Amino acid sequence: MNKKTFFFSQQKNIFIIFVFLTAFISIYGKSFLKNSDLFWAFKYPKNFIIPLKTYISSFMKWLVESANFGLFTFKELTRAISWCIEIPYKFVLSLIAKGFYQGQGSQAVLLLSPISWMAIVIIMTIIAIKLNDIKLAVLTFFSFLYLAVFGQWESSMVTIASIFIAVPFGVLIGLITGIISYKNQTAHKIISPILNLMQTMPVFAYLVPVLVLFGFGPVSALIATIIYALPPMVHTSYLGLKSIDPFIIEAGRMSGCNNRQLLWKVEIPSALSSIKVGINQVIMLSFNMVIIASMIGAGGLGYDVLTSLRKLDIGGGVEAGLAIVIIAIVLDRMSFVFIGSQKIYKNKKMNFFIRNIYFILMICLILITYIGGSFFSIIQSYPSTFFISTSEFWEKSIKHININYYDQLEITKFYILKFFMLPIKKFFLSIPWPWFVLVFTLLGWHYGKFKLAILNFSLLSFIVVNGLWMKAMVTIYLCGASVILACLIGIPLGIWGGLNQRANRILLSITDTLQTLPSFVYLIPVVMLFRVGDFTAMLAVILYSLAPAVKYTIHGIKNVNQEVIDAGIANGCNKRQLLFKIRLPLALPEILLGINQTIMLALSMLVITALVGTRELGQEVYIALTKADIGRGLVAGLCVAFIAIIADNTIKSASKRLKNKYGFI
Amino acid sequence: MTLFKKLIAGLSISFFLISNTSAVESQDPIKLTLHDWTGQHITTNIMAEVLKEAGYNIELIQADYIAQFAGLQTGDLHVAMEMWETTGRDAIDEYTPDGRVVNVGSTGMDAIEEWWYPSYMKDVCPGLPNWEVLNECAEAFSTMETAPMGRYLGGPVTWGGFDDERVEALGLDWEVIHAGTDAALFAELESAYQRKDPIMLWVYAPHWAPSKFDGEFVDFPAYTTECYTDPSWGINPDSAYDCGKPRGPIWKIASSQLKDKWPGAYDAVEAFNISNDEMGKMVAEVDLDGKALEDVVSNWMSSNSSRWQSWIK
Repeated sequence: MNKKTFFFSQQKNIFIIFVFLTAFISIYGKSFLKNSDLFWAFKYPKNFIIPLKTYISSFMKWLVESANFGLFTFKELTRAISWCIEIPYKFVLSLIAKGFYQGQGSQAVLLLSPISWMAIVIIMTIIAIKLNDIKLAVLTFFSFLYLAVFGQWESSMVTIASIFIAVPFGVLIGLITGIISYKNQTAHKIISPILNLMQTMPVFAYLVPVLVLFGFGPVSALIATIIYALPPMVHTSYLGLKSIDPFIIEAGRMSGCNNRQLLWKVEIPSALSSIKVGINQVIMLSFNMVIIASMIGAGGLGYDVLTSLRKLDIGGGVEAGLAIVIIAIVLDRMSFVFIGSQKIYKNKKMNFFIRNIYFILMICLILITYIGGSFFSIIQSYPSTFFISTSEFWEKSIKHININYYDQLEITKFYILKFFMLPIKKFFLSIPWPWFVLVFTLLGWHYGKFKLAILNFSLLSFIVVNGLWMKAMVTIYLCGASVILACLIGIPLGIWGGLNQRANRILLSITDTLQTLPSFVYLIPVVMLFRVGDFTAMLAVILYSLAPAVKYTIHGIKNVNQEVIDAGIANGCNKRQLLFKIRLPLALPEILLGINQTIMLALSMLVITALVGTRELGQEVYIALTKADIGRGLVAGLCVAFIAIIADNTIKSASKRLKNKYGFI
Repeated sequence: MTLFKKLIAGLSISFFLISNTSAVESQDPIKLTLHDWTGQHITTNIMAEVLKEAGYNIELIQADYIAQFAGLQTGDLHVAMEMWETTGRDAIDEYTPDGRVVNVGSTGMDAIEEWWYPSYMKDVCPGLPNWEVLNECAEAFSTMETAPMGRYLGGPVTWGGFDDERVEALGLDWEVIHAGTDAALFAELESAYQRKDPIMLWVYAPHWAPSKFDGEFVDFPAYTTECYTDPSWGINPDSAYDCGKPRGPIWKIASSQLKDKWPGAYDAVEAFNISNDEMGKMVAEVDLDGKALEDVVSNWMSSNSSRWQSWIK
């Protein structure tokens, strides 16, 4: 008891003491304990490692080969699921990309060609016009034209087909799960930790199990995409439903709704704006998966990016990568407008033809292009002689930088490595694990009482007993260094964007691009300029995880209560004081959430940086993937997820405290 | 109208095909896997063309190099044309024992994997390719981070290769850095080559890099099995791995279903044989001269017709 009161009353001092103690232990501990019996505190003894990964592997083997529910085996069940996804996917794929065939394999005969590129460009533009958004229509038209002109058409259609299937499945399953956890508290308690895991677990970790269970080919890629993109849908729909004003539900009940009516007519429409955010997230995340999905047979643009970069055709990679960005942005904007505008045209009472004029137009268009397409091939597919390519430009610019500025880059890199990264690395790698576990348990206790303390303790212990401590520490170091730099760059940019409308617009389009552009596209040029190593990995992580630091800061700065600012001005604050004394402190909880998201993204990116040779948990996951070792991958993946969960919980509790301090809700 | 025409045409073609090819065991498609490097695409496409000539129905499927074993095991996939001894050994050992995945034998190509340097480095270090000069030249190959040690860029850890052990055993003043993927590996090579900067890295053949860039492999003491297993063998009496990397065949792998369902196709896959030089030339034609893969393959088909016809007899 005594200890507890001490801990809370003097929290600031105790923090400082802990920081110094940790530093002291980290600097002197290793040499001090080198020859004593206590050296296990640095190197967890091999004999005590729990062979969890072998258990998981053999469990999976049993599941696939012998698990049986009496009427059918487990494998038959999963294969049935993949069949359900495969049928609509095949249909869409044939419709827009491949055409319909009779027969199988090389003897198949084309029955019906896919919808022509002209028709699709015009249809998409018409849809945008129909959504009453001329700007969007222009954007759509030029974007789809880009795909054709730059020779990305067929791959793009393959990618769109898979998005077309993955997104509705993701949205539907997510919405249903969200509703279930809204209606039933116990279900919510079970679902929410699973969601956290799904969100933080590196995708590579569950690729192999998915492949084994759902069979080879694009369907597995789709399922992996759905798993990856689903959680935010559940979260947002749950939160949306949860935050409905109780009076609205009351009103619904009073006007005699039964449960079903209440859900569909009252609750879901009220939560629509949150659900909308969820759908956008599903779309964006599905696009993030395009590259990884192509590694297990999804084909499309992701595959183009991978193969061109393997040939070091940077231009080709950039073009295919930009195609992904463009499609993502167009579909994202469209879905945003679409969900918002639904009510407008439902109420119109006109005759069938006028009401469906657009639809009829589209059908006519498809028919016309089909007939036209068999006479003039230009209508069916964009002629390859008119392709434009910027390949050479990219190649030349990288070469130019490489030849002329390499020395400067090398020196910058050397200093950042020597005075920033290596000290951090050394610091983390020399902390004995019992001390680290202790500190985080206490930290958990401080912010979240008993529950968080237990959580932190058990998750960290999991990493220790699985023998992955060292790799986990490298993970934390690499992620920490990147997050620090990302925040140092991102938060000032965010402040600038929050104060200046034009800067805001520019920053948002840059961050959107960075987030949807497959990281592989910039990973290879970065390797060419900075060589393989931790620095390259850090640059890639920063580029990817910069976005939330910028976005949340903008949001926080912008949303400071106007009255408080007016009060500040009335009190005679100048611009500087206004920013540092009022805007920043008030935006702090929001900025903290941004940092939190930055950490999450940085962790999820680490798996990709394993591709340039970092030696951390991401590499462990990647090795497991290439060796098809299910257990090893899942265990390492869980460790990454656990680090994320610890960081997430601790920061969220801290931000809650700050909010209380400054008098928010 | 056109649709109708197409239908008629399609039906007549399929009728023609069926009547023409009734000789083969089954008209179900045989699924060959494609990975992500050009050489493998060429090998697979040649095999596919040959099997088509024999009347088989072929489907090419994109699949991961290692993950495909799960598909071969269940019979979702049937043939993988390139499984390198050097990188695929573990997977072969894991999946072949229960008989559901079969090693169909060598493709005739041998994989070479070794330390490699661009020719301009010979001006700086004239003793190359002899490995014994590596220590004298270590500093010439160093970077700011590794100096005075030489910097050797190894393959991804998943490729194995025992380079850390090799450096130790041969007493080399070199530091081994592992690239994460081969894209990263060759990105560094391209970058260094543009600047004519020192670089020593893991290169393998058949691959486009040795044809695009001018350079050669380091001559280590030749590999023997004892070198890897017996410490007393070789220059360093206390340590294994005091030699170069093994050069092993590139294997053809198939699902057991291939032999059961299409024995004729199995024989053809087994007979498939091609040499390193042939392959290196074709890879360079595609990756460096920018020729279409289909043209390169059909060229090979027309100039080697007696060869592949003997495979499908």
